[in-house]
Amino acid sequence: MDIHEYQAKEILSRFGVEVPKGALAYSPEQATYHARELGGDRWVLKAQVHAGGRSQAGGVRLCRSDAEILAASEALFGRKIVTRQTGKRGRGVYRIYVESAVTIAREMYLGLVLDRGSQQVMILASRDGGREIEEIAATRPETLIRGVADPALGLQDFQCREIGFALGLEARVIQDFVRALKGCYRAFHDLDATMVELNPLALTEDGRMLALDAKMTFDNAALFRHPQIAELRDKSQEDPREAHAADRGFSYRELGGKIGVILNGAGLARATVDMLAEAGAEAAFILDIGGGAPPEKVAKAVRLALSEDRVEALLVNLFAGTNRCDWVAEGVVHALGETGTDLPIVARFAGNRAEEGRKVLSRSGLPIIRAASLAEATERVVAAWKADRTGKAQA
Amino acid sequence: MSILVDGTTRVIVQGITGKLARDHTERMLAYGTQVVGGVVPGKGGSEVAGLPVFDTVKQAVEATGGATSLLAVPPPFAADAILEAAGAGIEQLFCITEGIPAQDMMRVKAHLGRGGDRARMLLTGPNTAGAISPGRAMVGVMPPSIFAEGRVGIVSRSASMSYEAAAQLQALGIGVSTAVGIGGDAINGSGFTEMLALFEADGETDLVCLVGLRGGPQEAEAAAFARAHMKTPVVACLVGETPIGRRAMGHAEAILAAFDAGGRDGGEDMDGIELAERPSGIGETVARVLSSR
Repeated sequence: MDIHEYQAKEILSRFGVEVPKGALAYSPEQATYHARELGGDRWVLKAQVHAGGRSQAGGVRLCRSDAEILAASEALFGRKIVTRQTGKRGRGVYRIYVESAVTIAREMYLGLVLDRGSQQVMILASRDGGREIEEIAATRPETLIRGVADPALGLQDFQCREIGFALGLEARVIQDFVRALKGCYRAFHDLDATMVELNPLALTEDGRMLALDAKMTFDNAALFRHPQIAELRDKSQEDPREAHAADRGFSYRELGGKIGVILNGAGLARATVDMLAEAGAEAAFILDIGGGAPPEKVAKAVRLALSEDRVEALLVNLFAGTNRCDWVAEGVVHALGETGTDLPIVARFAGNRAEEGRKVLSRSGLPIIRAASLAEATERVVAAWKADRTGKAQA
Repeated sequence: MSILVDGTTRVIVQGITGKLARDHTERMLAYGTQVVGGVVPGKGGSEVAGLPVFDTVKQAVEATGGATSLLAVPPPFAADAILEAAGAGIEQLFCITEGIPAQDMMRVKAHLGRGGDRARMLLTGPNTAGAISPGRAMVGVMPPSIFAEGRVGIVSRSASMSYEAAAQLQALGIGVSTAVGIGGDAINGSGFTEMLALFEADGETDLVCLVGLRGGPQEAEAAAFARAHMKTPVVACLVGETPIGRRAMGHAEAILAAFDAGGRDGGEDMDGIELAERPSGIGETVARVLSSR
């Protein structure tokens, strides 16, 4: 689960990370009010969206007067911001963070992330903070500073100092750096984060170490024990279908094509997408019903799948271990009975109670195309989709 | 011989009174697996499927001699249950629970890696379907009918794809010595390498079929291991040719990927392993390699 910059800054400042003064605005008027309350003569207006790369998309504006604040916030509110990290749909701006501007002497990158390879918490730092960090990682990886936190001991002060000195920080600010990094680590650890990123962590001209931007992502599997984090969820930043599916216990991933896929298991999902691509088609989405799904849950999944306008064919590809093919079939039949559709549908049932599942489909009398193997399933749905399109085009 | 589980394996089911766990237990018993008891704190003294339930793993081990655990405990309590098993004399544990917090698993791994008594427990999973040695024992939730008895080992990250592999082999008359899932989670117990080592040492496995994710860190390690240490041929199916991901927020993940990229996305990383050209071609690739020996 992702959260906004202003939320991350609030959390991290409680853990000892220093951040510029700021306040959240829901309207242009509020933005000017906050600026006045903050004082000073320069403010940064930042669109609060769950994505990085905002500056290039005009989501971060430096303002020097009420008039500029009003103009900038009016331009941002309600707009969709599209960055490299948002995908084509972009994200809607409904909150703006107003921050006191500071004069920056140095910008660094500091990130903590759960690394799949080493299965530990990795600390990444670079002398070149700001936007080009990924390019640096790709072209000059030797300049990236890395550390690993021991899972039992936690991140130690000496490790933080090593990273600070490697960043070229002077002795008089090393302690501030240690405090910032340790604060990030403790927040990461105590709140079950999967990512904490300060880009940039800046040294101001008057010698303060401030997190000018902060991002945090949390482990969904741990939200049950962090209700105050779970509350920070902002659905306006999520794909509505993915959120709808997740709230009902299945996982939904939107893709660009026309063939809807309902199945069980991430591996089968990737394999099916690969096979469809090879057959010259693309999946519209993958809807994973998970394990042990009862008929009602499957019916909900089918209804969600059929509600997608883009979908021109549907494939149900099931290899059941903890699922029961007869339950899945019942769910499919029930949903189709209610909703009805003229889309070509292919069903492949294998594994637990496959025979019973096929019988349920036969008895229903619905025109569902049967397939026995993975290859047949993808071939038949692509063939049916193409035939149907041709048929409809000629009609 | 097979690896991990066979006719002598005695299984304790942690979380046995849960609805799904009951089902799993009954299916394992029906397959002929020696399931000897279960553990649910507070339900000691009761019975499930004719098996005794105990309050603690220690009690269950003492009373039944079971040294293998199938763990079907809900995510908030699963890591704790794994650690309990490790300290109670369980030698291998298959964790089928999905959705255990990542940091819980990090702590479990760190603890198990520490050496001494606790390091003796082999952890497989979490989020695994378990292991099956066809004709001998099933410790898990797989559909047994698709696994024919034979001499090809299967090790897979994905449960559903391990079923695909087994079914494709069965259709060609090829059977399985043992199939085991290492689970789909980022932080897991045994990786591919540990399983490959076990298969290499198994006199009854002639070829190992590996199912993984293109670009996965453990997959590259597995190829390196096969090159350096294995005479048994390995056939791999790597799914995920077609990218589906939306990017994670922030740069950290991308940085790691860029940093570790060197050679990851090329075929050269998988040298030493025969790759199935497509997910539906696992069976025919295995058949080809077997017949060419």
